[in-house]
Amino acid sequence: MRVGVITFPGTLDDRDAARAVVVGGAQAVSLWHGDADLKGVDAVVLPGGFSYGDYLRCGAISRFAPVMQLVIEAANKGMPVLGICNGFQVLCESHLLPGALTRNSDLHFLCRDQEIEVVNNQTPWTNSFKQGEKIVIPLKNGEGSFQCDDQTLAMLESKGRVIARYVGENPNGSRNLIAGISNAQGNVVGLMPHPEHAINELTGPSSQGLGFFTSILHAMVK
Amino acid sequence: MAKIVVDVMLKPEILDPQGNAVASALPRLGFTFATSVRQGKRFEIEIQGEPTAAQLAEVEKAAEVLLSNPVIENYVVRVEK
Repeated sequence: MRVGVITFPGTLDDRDAARAVVVGGAQAVSLWHGDADLKGVDAVVLPGGFSYGDYLRCGAISRFAPVMQLVIEAANKGMPVLGICNGFQVLCESHLLPGALTRNSDLHFLCRDQEIEVVNNQTPWTNSFKQGEKIVIPLKNGEGSFQCDDQTLAMLESKGRVIARYVGENPNGSRNLIAGISNAQGNVVGLMPHPEHAINELTGPSSQGLGFFTSILHAMVK
Repeated sequence: MAKIVVDVMLKPEILDPQGNAVASALPRLGFTFATSVRQGKRFEIEIQGEPTAAQLAEVEKAAEVLLSNPVIENYVVRVEK
């Protein structure tokens, strides 16, 4: 079971993501933004950071990176893809996920431990959680406010494509407290907070983030 | 040499926290004229000679694909004299 972790120029969380993949039980494979080869991976994680310096819009330049053309093609054929934070922004810019991530409503860069509720445990990235399970993982971003039009929002809600919601006060102005969504097939998931920073209580607020990385293993061996 | 300008603005229904922050800073400085402020991006693109219809169509395409995100933004392409 090989999970690719893509590094773009400006990516920050690729090492933590790779480590989370390994602790989750899979083999982590480093992929570079300029690669024209997915190296036979079974799934891909797009980690957080500031790819291409967030120039133009977060994720806007990364979408056109050579490796992303392969990821988009494979994702459309069903390969599981998890985009965390900046990775979520890249997935939206790539049109693999609907909507967009905009500036936090209070303009502040947030960095804190955030409680979220997993509201769809039927995706390859969330099947280790109980439906409705509440977990605490770090949230750290400046542009995490999930926005989309009313029609898209109603569709996401009615199809169960909201996979996680913020618990308590809305941290960034996201519509319907959305912290993560999936595509129609469920294989592509975008998540604003960072499960890869919460795989061990020594270095994170919990080890509950690990569930995203054990989920993908369960999904692939099923 | 001609200059093509692409103005990109958040759609009216999308919250603009930066514009709101500017709007609330203005009265603190004694500027009381604004009822609202929206902040956008402006791209200035220089080309050789006068732009042809085909070039303008290409710029429109680039504005849609790269310069703006149609989910949250509108754009206007114009030639600056």
